[in-house]
Parts: sequence; C-alpha cells; structure tokens
Amino acid sequence: MEQELKGKVYKFGDNINSDIIIAGRYLIYIEPDKLAEHAFEMLGDGFGARLRNFQILVAGRNFGCGSAREQAVTAIQGLGIKAVVSCSFARTFYRNAINSGLPIVECPELYGAVSEADEITIDLGAGEIRHEDSRYLFPKFPDSMRQLLECGGLAEYLKAQVK
Amino acid sequence: MGMTIAEKILAQKSGLSAVVPGQIVDAYPDLVMSHTATWRSVTVMEKIGATKLYDPDRIAVVLDHIAPAKSEKNAADHLKCRNFVKKYGIRKFYDVDAGIAHLVLMEAGHVVPGDLIVGTDSHCTIYGSLGALGSGIGYTEVTSVWITGKLWMKVPESYRIVLRGTFSKGVYSKDLMLHLIGSLGADGCTYKSVEFYGDTVQSLNVSERMTMTNLAMEMGVKCAFFPPDEKTRAYLAARLNGRSYQEVQADPDAVYSRQIDVDVSTLQPMVACPHEVENTKPIDEVAGTHIDQVFLGSCANAKYEDLAVAADILKGRHIHPNVRFIITPGSKQIMLEAMKSGVLATLIESGGTLTNPGCGACAGDGGILADGEVCLSTANRNFLGRMGSNKSSIYLCSPATLAASAIRGVISDPREL
Repeated sequence: MEQELKGKVYKFGDNINSDIIIAGRYLIYIEPDKLAEHAFEMLGDGFGARLRNFQILVAGRNFGCGSAREQAVTAIQGLGIKAVVSCSFARTFYRNAINSGLPIVECPELYGAVSEADEITIDLGAGEIRHEDSRYLFPKFPDSMRQLLECGGLAEYLKAQVK
Repeated sequence: MGMTIAEKILAQKSGLSAVVPGQIVDAYPDLVMSHTATWRSVTVMEKIGATKLYDPDRIAVVLDHIAPAKSEKNAADHLKCRNFVKKYGIRKFYDVDAGIAHLVLMEAGHVVPGDLIVGTDSHCTIYGSLGALGSGIGYTEVTSVWITGKLWMKVPESYRIVLRGTFSKGVYSKDLMLHLIGSLGADGCTYKSVEFYGDTVQSLNVSERMTMTNLAMEMGVKCAFFPPDEKTRAYLAARLNGRSYQEVQADPDAVYSRQIDVDVSTLQPMVACPHEVENTKPIDEVAGTHIDQVFLGSCANAKYEDLAVAADILKGRHIHPNVRFIITPGSKQIMLEAMKSGVLATLIESGGTLTNPGCGACAGDGGILADGEVCLSTANRNFLGRMGSNKSSIYLCSPATLAASAIRGVISDPREL
C-alpha cells in the first residue's frame, strides 16, 4: 500500500448510506468492476462514471451508514477511489473498509477547508493530510489495522495465514 | 469499577476479567450468522484456500433475502450455501421457507442472554432484545470468524436510555424509536452500546423489545440491550429445550457516558419521511400524504404481535381501492400462528396480498415501486431507491399507523380509527 495518497477530491454531504453507494439489487455481484458500474446509481445516471475523475472522497458525518453490505466498499474501490476522508464513519463501513484494504481517515477539520476538485495528499505514515499550505493531523492506524491495509485486506491476510 | 452489559460480555468472550471502553479485544463469538450473503463468504473461503472451520456448531445460515430464488444467479448462490452447509455439517441451517434470519434464530432458541453474536447484517443488534450482544460485520469477516473463531472488537462506551410512563393508545415502541432516532440523529449513538431501563421496560413484551433493538441500529449503535427479566425468561423457556444460560446484568456502579430520559406517555405516532430514518415527524405533520402501497413486513415489525395490531384495526374494514397492501410475515412460525388465530384471514380479507415469509420488499424482493410512487412501510429503512425507483418515496411507521393509512389511502393517525 502506498504511504502517500494524492488525488483530486469529490465532496459529499452527511449520512451517505450504503444503499446509496450500491443499491441492494446489485449485491448479486462481488466483483469491483461490476459493482462500480452501478455505484451511486441512485444519485442519477452517470453519477458513478463522473466519480472516476476523482481519486479521494471527502464526506461529512456518518459516511457509509445503514446496511452492513461490504460491497459498498468494493464499489468505491472499483471506481478507482484510493481513500475516503470523512468527519465520521458508520462502524460497519469502517470495519469493511479496513478489511478490504481501503484506507479511510476521520478528519473533521478538513471538511470545511476543501472544495470539489481540490488536490490533497494523505500521508498515512505521518498521519497527516496536506491541502494547499495547510496540514491536518489524524491518528495513525494501530499496527493491526496497518497490517491489514498493507496486505490489501483481510482475505489476503487470511490467505497468508492459511498457507 | 463496575461494568456495563457490553463490557461484561466482551470481557467474558475474550477471556478477560475486566475491560474498559476503547480497549481492543480478541473475542470469540458464540454464533456467527449469515443470511443469503453466505455464498459470498463461501467464495472468500474458496479463494483463500481454507478447508477447516473453527466450530460448525457456532455457525448459522438462513436464506432470507431474495428467497425463494428469483433468477438463475440467485438459484446458483443459494445452491452454493446448501452445498456448504452439507459439506461442513452445519446444523443451524434454515432454507427459503423459514423467514427472516434474526427472527428465525431467536424463535429456534439459538440466542440466549450473554451470547456474543456477529453476522452479515446490520440489524444483528436485535439480539439484544434477549440480552445478547449482536453486531453486524461484512461477509469477508464472517469467513474469518468461521475459520479462526474470533475477531477483534473495540469495547464501546455505553449509553443508558431510561423510559418512564405508559404509552398512549395508538402509540407503540416503533414510534418511540422513531422519536429517538429523530432527536439523536442517524449517528447519535455511533459505536455506542445502548441499554434500556426505566419503569416502562417491564411492560414491553419481547416483540416490542425486538423492534427497539432492531431500530437502534438506525442511530448507529454497535449493540443495544434489554437487561434480561421475567419476560425474557418466559420467551426463552418455551424455546430452549432445557439449554442453560447465564444472564448478564450491568453492575450497579457501571459507567455510562450519557443518560437519555424519555417520558413515553407524551409521545404520539411518528413517521420517518424520505429519504433518511432520522427525518421523523409527528403524525399530524404528515397526515394526508398520498400513498400507493403499504408494506407490513421486515425484521423490525412483522412479528405476530405486529400483524395482530394491524388486524385489530382492519377487522371488518377494507383498504382504500388505490392502495396495494403487501403482507410479509417475518417467519414461517409467525405465519402459522397468524393463520391459526385468524389474524391472517383478517388482513387478507381487508384487501392485503400475502407473500412468503422473509425480507421481502424491504430487500427489494417484490413490491418494487415505480417513478413517483409512495410506500408506507413498517420496515427500518427508507433510503433513496431502496424499494425501487430513485424517484419513489418510502415513509416508515408502526403497524397501527400502517393499517389506518391503508384504509384511508393517505397517511393517517391510528388514534382516529
């Protein structure tokens, strides 16, 4: 996993639930590509496709609330999103993201400071986000989570354990 | 220092004498449940090359979402689940006839006070109605627990919700939860454990407690509890075949980071408006809203008691000609009970259409809404597009409000009937 994630920001509001991220009718898929085709479809035709121009999602409170569906994370990864920064996350989304190898960071201070299409850098090693001339700190991942992210997720971690 | 219910259960299941909020423990769940998502966990197991389970008796599989199969893909997925349970000798398996996993597992006596239960469904919080810690996880993590028997868990802070008074006529536990979700917000209890106390609690039957611990998820909780009491014991006595259990109660000096007090006698019927559960309003602010469909179903409100409340209002009446009324009993056992008591006949005679037990329309399985249509539902989620078109709307309410509204064809106050 890259320690420095750099990219253009797409900004969401509060309470983006996992039904919005990927609708229940697509849970017949688990493949990132197939899920990405339908990601955020409820927000309008072509919404998901437009997100492919961004690399980092920044959201308000309670991102990923609702259903425990792991495919909400997979769909975001399928769109080519490298990380999600939110004021806060719902617990199942947070767990699923770490278990899927998607770095996610809680950093409420960043939210008001960034606009759509701004470029930011998330430095996972240093525990900071850089935006223009400002730095925003976040707690670094504990070792157990860092290990999962570095393996690319829980399945890859288990694969190594099983062998 | 004293411990809360969540702290005690997490300490016990991780072999520790005490834990504190924020601590991360390796816990061994008593039960890991998965519903139709099981095929995904099996796929992960194949992908990683694992062939041994930690303990097949700690695994439960229930096919409830999109069941019976609606497509060849569903059928192949279900077949994968059946092959898995056969191959590994999983005895707690319930096929497409059984109903919604949560209700089926509690009815079958697989949930007892003090249990730690994780599963592929956010509404696992419902197990707290019987004093067990239930919490949702993803399908890959289910595979991990199948194989290793454990998972890391963070010990949550606990909130006490103290309920006083008696519900007015026409007001139910669903209204109380919509009131709480509306006032605390969809993230009002994120990562928290919630325990319900107060003199109202002893009057709530297990069905109402199920509704409440289920809906608590919509405030972001990790888990929610009713401390076991006489009602819990009576519910379990009929189901456990003598299996013993150890009740877990909070210590008198347990530490809660917040107390929320509610006088339930002041509450009125509540409705959650599109497209977030926290968007709640008292009935008089939404009465008169046009509806096309009503859905009496879901793990929140399709228990026998819920069907009976609706039937009480609908007896001898007929629903409005412009309304479609879908009845989806929570489980086969509930459906049988409602058949025998006449509740089901009342609902059908009033103009309802009966579907097989399961998640049904709440999971997009039938009852799909077209552009512009409105559904009033007893389920727990009204998210944009959850029941069909992203130009449709879902309102949430109690079974009583649903029945009154079905009769009038617009959202209506059950106290007026």
